Amino acid sequence: MPSQGPTALERFVGGILPENPVYRQLLGMCPTLAVTGGMKPAMTMAGATAFVLISANVIVSLIRGLLKPHLRILVFTLTIATFVTIADLILKAVPALYPMSKELGPYVPLIIVNCLIISRCEICSSKQGLGIAMADGVGVSLGFALALGSIATVREILGSGTWFGQPVMPDGWANWGIMVLPPGAFLTLGLLLGGAEWIGQRREKRREKGKV
Amino acid sequence: MSETPEPRGYLSQAWLVILLALVYGGALAGVQTKLQPMIDENKRLETYRQIPALVGIAESTDDAEIIIEQRQIEDDDGRKQKVYLALVDGKPQGWVLPAGGMGFADRIELLIGLDPAAETITGLWVLDQKETPGLGDLIRDEEFRSRFVGKSTGEHIEAKPEPKRSNEILTLTGATISSRSVAEIVNQTVERFKGALRREDTTPTSGKPDR
Repeated sequence: MPSQGPTALERFVGGILPENPVYRQLLGMCPTLAVTGGMKPAMTMAGATAFVLISANVIVSLIRGLLKPHLRILVFTLTIATFVTIADLILKAVPALYPMSKELGPYVPLIIVNCLIISRCEICSSKQGLGIAMADGVGVSLGFALALGSIATVREILGSGTWFGQPVMPDGWANWGIMVLPPGAFLTLGLLLGGAEWIGQRREKRREKGKV
Repeated sequence: MSETPEPRGYLSQAWLVILLALVYGGALAGVQTKLQPMIDENKRLETYRQIPALVGIAESTDDAEIIIEQRQIEDDDGRKQKVYLALVDGKPQGWVLPAGGMGFADRIELLIGLDPAAETITGLWVLDQKETPGLGDLIRDEEFRSRFVGKSTGEHIEAKPEPKRSNEILTLTGATISSRSVAEIVNQTVERFKGALRREDTTPTSGKPDR
């Protein structure tokens, strides 16, 4: 199938780091800030988002030939909302995930308005074939999980002294209460964003020097 | 893709949206039908876990001594309601009433704990809610739920920013409607069923635990 734009591999790799949805595109900030107080809710959110993103990418890619330009956003939203509702029901129904569903509460239905998903429908799957759309969905999902995981790791270890609920800090560690509260999310995100940007710029400079 | 859509009838424009809406609707109905029993089972297990604390059974009490009976009661208008009776050593400890109603964003589902005479509220638990994160969803917190504990069922509970009377509870800041909704659900359910609870026989039905 003649397809313009990046290949499946480029989409997959791009979603993880070079075009990381959180660190490079600054998309999906609502869950990034809200559910990263611990690894368990962060990974549940990453999993639910991955399910919705990959499913929506597949469906949109399959019907891309039928899309009317002025109705495409409506179709994207409809598709995303359907899969979010399914994800919400699954989280509530599986006994192992039920406590997480209660903890995440309205943040699961709010995946509908996570613009990283609709941006992938618009940028990739409404223009490219099924294979590329799937690779893109998986790559971006991994990138999102990586971003949520990195923020949640910092916040949970410093704020609760645990990782996935398991104690990791030495006895006598005083929890930084602020890290599990909303300000901790902003502080961590800001510092990690700055770090990612710094690494990116250094790499850029080195590449330019190499050329000269 | 530069053609501008001509208004030649909505169907030719919107058939895909309509078709997708129907297909998605059907799919969601299917998933819902399939998963609802599992969701109900999760809520039932959570209810049973919460009942001892809701009726004030000490945590040190051996689980094996606690018997929970599920019963069906009827209010004066003949409306049926499920209710749980918790017993320790055959002595009634209290009732737990499941209740639900509209909150600010969506339905709120509650469990209300009452003493055996249905005169005092002994506990409150939020089973399900979709209130605003950070504001309305604080109704789940122990701090808010405990504001209902000890209230008399003879009084109409009201959520007020500055509670003065014994029937008033402190509203959550920024979540007035969520707070009022919870109070209203508690009021309605308790007022409707407290008579039926008082008439209900509190002796254990057969001694077999309904677990």
